[in-house]
Amino acid sequence: MNEGKPGRSAPDATRDAAFKRELVTLIPHLRAFARTLTGDPTAADDLAQDAMMKAWDARASFQMGTNMKAWTFMILRNQFYSEKRRSWRQSQLDQEAAERTLVAVDDPEAPVALDELRLGLAMLPAEQREALILVGAGGFAYEEAADICGCAVGTVKSRVSRARRALQAILEAGTYDRDGGAAGDAMRAILADAERLSSLR
Amino acid sequence: MHRPYGVEDMIEHVPMEDKRKSAAALDEARLRQQAIGVKLRQMFDEVVNEPVPDEFLDILRKAEPPAGGR
Repeated sequence: MNEGKPGRSAPDATRDAAFKRELVTLIPHLRAFARTLTGDPTAADDLAQDAMMKAWDARASFQMGTNMKAWTFMILRNQFYSEKRRSWRQSQLDQEAAERTLVAVDDPEAPVALDELRLGLAMLPAEQREALILVGAGGFAYEEAADICGCAVGTVKSRVSRARRALQAILEAGTYDRDGGAAGDAMRAILADAERLSSLR
Repeated sequence: MHRPYGVEDMIEHVPMEDKRKSAAALDEARLRQQAIGVKLRQMFDEVVNEPVPDEFLDILRKAEPPAGGR
């Protein structure tokens, strides 16, 4: 890179500082979104770091006061898919990542229902999974999720609804990729856990 | 093509018992969807609530040119 940058003025520095403060608060969310896309904690943190730096480098193009969370999520998602395109081995890597995730959650302390949910999610088509995560867990409105994914609002709505139905069917059938799991156990565990969680709140 | 007006076009005759059953099934489906929603958020929030590895802030710190210059 060339070192001939113009000197930064005071307003730039103030704006950069404000941008950075907000960006830092978004790191945990970027990590969580990256984890759902890659399914692998290490790959996810690499992806989240890349996205964070891309956002930082592109800070001049961000309009302060608009939704920075949606903007950074869009950057992260684009980064993820452009890396995926570059790697012809990706489908195999996905499989390996899913297996590592399986091992990673093979912790006797980990709640059963969460494992099954992760495995169920991993079985959904990528575009359904991301739509469901953005709307169902990330707290985005359908419109925001559509901006992030670069598709129509109606498309997001139908992806989310298909994802919900498919996930429920997977959990009820117990057909997630694991042998020995009793059919129907996943859904029962999730129901029981959700009930416990909501009664705690 | 002309299709004769048949039985399937008539007003649906759903016995009360079946209606009750389908309403219960709908409630059950809603309950399951809510439960999945709760777990989805829990899964996501679990990562959100993890402490951010130092690496992230280190990288960001390095990227920022020193304010006063050198």
